[in-house]
Amino acid sequence: MGAAAINYRVTTDVTLQLGLDHGLTQEEYERVVDHLGRTPTFEELGVFSVMWSEHCSYKSSRLHLKRFPTEGPRVLQGPGENAGGIDIGGGMAAIFKIESHNHPSYIEPYQGAATGVGGILRDVFTMGARPVANMNSLRFGSADHEKTPFLLDGVVAGIGGYGNSVGVATVGGEAYFDSGYDGNILVNAFTLGIVAQDKIFRASAAGIGNPILYVGSKTGRDGIHGASLLASTEFKEESEQMKPTVQVGDPFTENLLIEACLEAMAGDDIVAIQDMGAAGLTSSSVEMASRGGVGICLDLDKIPLRDESVTPYEMLLSESQERMVVVAKQGREDNLREIFERWGLDCVAVGAVTDDGRFRATYRGEEVASIPVDALTDAAPAYQRPIAEPTEPAGEPLDLENITEPADLGATLVLLLGSPNLCSRAWIHQQYDCYVGANTVVRPGGDAAVVRVRETGGALAMTTDCNSRYVQLDPYVGAQHAMAEAVRNIAVTGGRAAAVSDCLNFGSPEKPEVMWQFSRVVDGLSEACDFFGTPVVSGNVSFYNDTLGASIPPTPVIAMVGLVKDARATATAAIEKPDQAILLVGAGVPELTASEYLSVVHGQTGDRPPAIDLAAEGALAEFCARVIERGHVKTAHDVSDGGIAVALAEMCITGPGIGCEVGIPTSARGDLCLFGESGARVLISVDAAELDAVESEARTLGVPLMRLGSSGGDRVRIDAADGTLVDVSVGELHEAWNTALPRIATGQ
Amino acid sequence: MKWGVLHFPGSNDERDTVYALESILGYDARLLWHGDRNVSDCDAIVLPGGFSYGDYLRCGALARFSRVMEAVAAFAESGGPVLGICNGFQVLCEAGILPGALVQNRGLKFRCIPTELTIENNTTAFTRSFASGDRAVIPVKHGEGCYVADQRTLAEIQDNGQVVFRYTNNPNGSIDDIAGISNRHGNVVGLMPHPEHAVDPLTGVTDGQALFQSVGAWKEAA
Repeated sequence: MGAAAINYRVTTDVTLQLGLDHGLTQEEYERVVDHLGRTPTFEELGVFSVMWSEHCSYKSSRLHLKRFPTEGPRVLQGPGENAGGIDIGGGMAAIFKIESHNHPSYIEPYQGAATGVGGILRDVFTMGARPVANMNSLRFGSADHEKTPFLLDGVVAGIGGYGNSVGVATVGGEAYFDSGYDGNILVNAFTLGIVAQDKIFRASAAGIGNPILYVGSKTGRDGIHGASLLASTEFKEESEQMKPTVQVGDPFTENLLIEACLEAMAGDDIVAIQDMGAAGLTSSSVEMASRGGVGICLDLDKIPLRDESVTPYEMLLSESQERMVVVAKQGREDNLREIFERWGLDCVAVGAVTDDGRFRATYRGEEVASIPVDALTDAAPAYQRPIAEPTEPAGEPLDLENITEPADLGATLVLLLGSPNLCSRAWIHQQYDCYVGANTVVRPGGDAAVVRVRETGGALAMTTDCNSRYVQLDPYVGAQHAMAEAVRNIAVTGGRAAAVSDCLNFGSPEKPEVMWQFSRVVDGLSEACDFFGTPVVSGNVSFYNDTLGASIPPTPVIAMVGLVKDARATATAAIEKPDQAILLVGAGVPELTASEYLSVVHGQTGDRPPAIDLAAEGALAEFCARVIERGHVKTAHDVSDGGIAVALAEMCITGPGIGCEVGIPTSARGDLCLFGESGARVLISVDAAELDAVESEARTLGVPLMRLGSSGGDRVRIDAADGTLVDVSVGELHEAWNTALPRIATGQ
Repeated sequence: MKWGVLHFPGSNDERDTVYALESILGYDARLLWHGDRNVSDCDAIVLPGGFSYGDYLRCGALARFSRVMEAVAAFAESGGPVLGICNGFQVLCEAGILPGALVQNRGLKFRCIPTELTIENNTTAFTRSFASGDRAVIPVKHGEGCYVADQRTLAEIQDNGQVVFRYTNNPNGSIDDIAGISNRHGNVVGLMPHPEHAVDPLTGVTDGQALFQSVGAWKEAA
C-alpha cells in the first residue's frame, strides 16, 4: 500500500484499512480511536497520520535524543524550537539548524534539493534571524553508478537555483560518493541567521482570541503526505510514483517572505510565528498550540487556494512551500496586512487561539476535525525499538602483509587527488553564490567557511562533517571522529567550536541493527559534545533511508558553528608564500584502516576506524585557535581523508601554485606514512619569524609539533629517511584534482 | 555625492551595494523602491544584482515595466550616471537603455568565480579612474550572463568605444569576451561582474572600488 492507494479528493469513510493505508499501525489506529472516543473523520485520520509519522513525531528517536547535552553558557535556544540559538557576543545571536530532504531529492533532485533549502531558511528566519549563510552536506551513490550524474547535476542545480535566487550566500558544505547511497542519496541543508538576542521569536501560541494569520503563497495540492508516506517509509520500486508528493519551490516568494517577515517582526504586532513545513498547516498550528498550552481553531474556508477544488483534507496536509502561520496581537492585524501586502503577499485571518486545548478545523459550516492537541504531540507514540548489535562484523580485518605498497607513490597521490571523494568540489560550489550578503571571509573549498558578523567585529566559522565509513565500522568512535573533524575544521580557520546541529541519517528504525547504530552514535556524540563543550541546539533525524531492504551507511552529519574573535585574524589552507616553515602539529598516529587510500587503491575498508583521542583533539584545536587569532599563522589545514600527503598537496594546489619540500617521519611503510589517517593532526605553514611564538604555544599546551620542511618551488616533494617518496609537479596534481568532478558530473 | 540603489522585489545585492557605497567608500546612499517615481535627489543610480520579480519569464523582462524605471530612463536620458550590475545590466538591456541582450551561459551552469577584466574604455562615468588597458579582478555570479547582439549592433558599439570591459578568460561565452558596455554617451554602463563585491579587503579583492570612484572624476571632467 502507499500514497497511490489513497484518493484524497473524495471524503471516504474511515476504516482500519484506510488507517493502515495512511501508514499507521493497527495499534496506532486503535489509539487514535481511543483518543477521540470515536472513529476519526477522514480529515482527522490524515492529521493523525502525519503528526504521528516518524518524520514529525520522532517516535523512534525521541527517547534516545534525551541523552544529548543541550545546555551550556552560550545556549539561548536548545532543541524544540524551529532552530537552535547561541550567544555570539555583543548582544547578538546565531540561529541555525541542519535538516534532511533525502527522499524528495532522490525522486526529484532539483525540486527536492531546492525545497530543502527553502524549508531550512524558513526555520531560521521564523525566529527573527536574517539568514546569512547556507551549507549543505550531500551523499551520492558510487561515482560510476548510472544515476549519479543525473542526481548530482539536479541536486546541485536545485540548491543553487533556490539559494542564489533567494539571495543567501552558500558558503560551504561537503559531498561524498559511496555505493551505500546508490538507491538513497542524502541531501542535508543547513542555514545560519543572525539576530539581536532580544529580538528572537519563538513559536508558542498565546492569548485566547488572538487571530491566526496565514501569510505567503497560496495552498495547492503539492507535497501531500510528503512527511508521512514519503519521508517515513522505505523506498520501494513504486516510490517513483510518489513524485507528486515532492513540493515545488518558489525562491522569489521566499525572498519576499524573508523581507516581509523580518519587517513585521521588527514591530510589536506578532505573538508567535512559524513556517508551514512538513505536514503544512496542520503541524505548524498544532506545534504552536502545543508549545503555548492552548487550542487553535481554523476556518478552512478562508485559506488562500491555488484552485477552488482543493479539499479540506488537502488544505490540512498540503506541503505547498513559502507559507507561514502568524499569531497576531488582537487588533494589530491591519498593521501586519499592510506590511505583507506591500511585499505582494497574501495575509489572511484564518482562525484564532482558543482555550479548549483542541485543534479544530471547520469547513462550510461543518467541523471536520476536533482533536486534543496533546494527542497529536506529547501523547504521540514513542517507541523503545528493539536494539541488537549486528552479528556480522562491519568489515574485514586489515592484513597489511597482503596490501601491496604501490611502486610509484607519486602516481598514487595523483590518483587519490583525482578520486571521487578527494577531488576538487569547485564544480559544485561554483554554481552557488557565495558573495551575496558581503560577509563571506573564507569562501567554499576550505576546511570551514567563515562569515563576518558586522555587529560584533567577529566572525562565525561553520562546517559540516561525517566520514560514514568510520561510522559504519564503529558507530560510537565514528561519530566522535565526525565531531573531532568538525572541531579541527573550525580551529584551522581560527575559530573555537561553540555548538552543534546534527542531522542523523539512518536506515529503518524497525531494524534492531539500525537502532543499535543509532543508539551508539547518540552515545558517541553525547560524550564528544560534553567533552568539547559544544551542546546540540537543533537537528533532525532521518530514518527509513533504505531501498529495497538495504540501509544506507549510518551518516550522522555534524554541522558545527564556532566563534572567531576578530574577522581579520583567520587562516586558510592555501600556501601563499615560499620559504615558510611547514609544521605537523598534533598527536594523531596514522593508520591504514578505513582510509580513503585503502578503499580507492585496494578496495578494502578494514574493520575499524582509526583510534580517537578527544584530549589530543581538544589541545590541538586550542593551539590552532590561539596561534591564528594572535596572527602568527595564516595557513593551516586539517589532515583527514587521504592523510598527510593529500593534505600537503591540497595546501599547494589551492593557492597560487607554490610547492613544498618536506621530510616525513617514517617508522613504517611509505603508504601508511603518506596516506594513513588519524584524528588530531594539522599542517601549518608559517613565516620563519613566527616559529618561536608557534613553538612556545605548542609547548604551553603540550601539543606535539614537528618541522617537516619548507614551502617553495613548483613541486610537491616528500622525502623519507631513506629516499624520496613523492616528487610531483603542483601542476600535475592540480590537473588531476581539478578535472575529476566535472567528469563524474557528466558521466564520463 | 548621493547614490540611489534600486530595489525591485527579488533584488538581492541592493543592501550589499548600499554597504559598499556607504561603509566602505563613504558616500551617501539610499534604496529606491520599485514603485518610486522620484529619483531627483540622486547624483548617480545603481541597478543591483538579483532576480527581479523572480526572473521566471526572462531576466529583467518584468523589471523594465516597474514605475521607477520611467524615472531612471529620464535620469539616464538627461546624462545622469547609471550603473547596471548583473541583473541591473539585464534590466537596462531589456529597457532598451543599453543595446544587446544577455542569455543563458554557454556552459548552461550558474557560475560564481572571480574574473579578470580589461578596461577597454576609460572615459565612461564608471571607468574614469582606470587607465585604458588596466586589469581588474571582479567576481561574477550569474546563470544568464552571455552577452549577445546582432552584427550591426556589435559593429556599432565596437566603433563607438561602447565595449567597456572584456573578460581575459571568458566565463559564459559572451560574444567577443564582452563583460560590460556603455551607452553612446558613456553615462550609462552595464556589466555582469559585481564591483560591489570587490571593495572590502576583508572579503576579497578591492578592484571594484574604482568603478564607483570614477563618477566623481567623470563629473569634474564634464
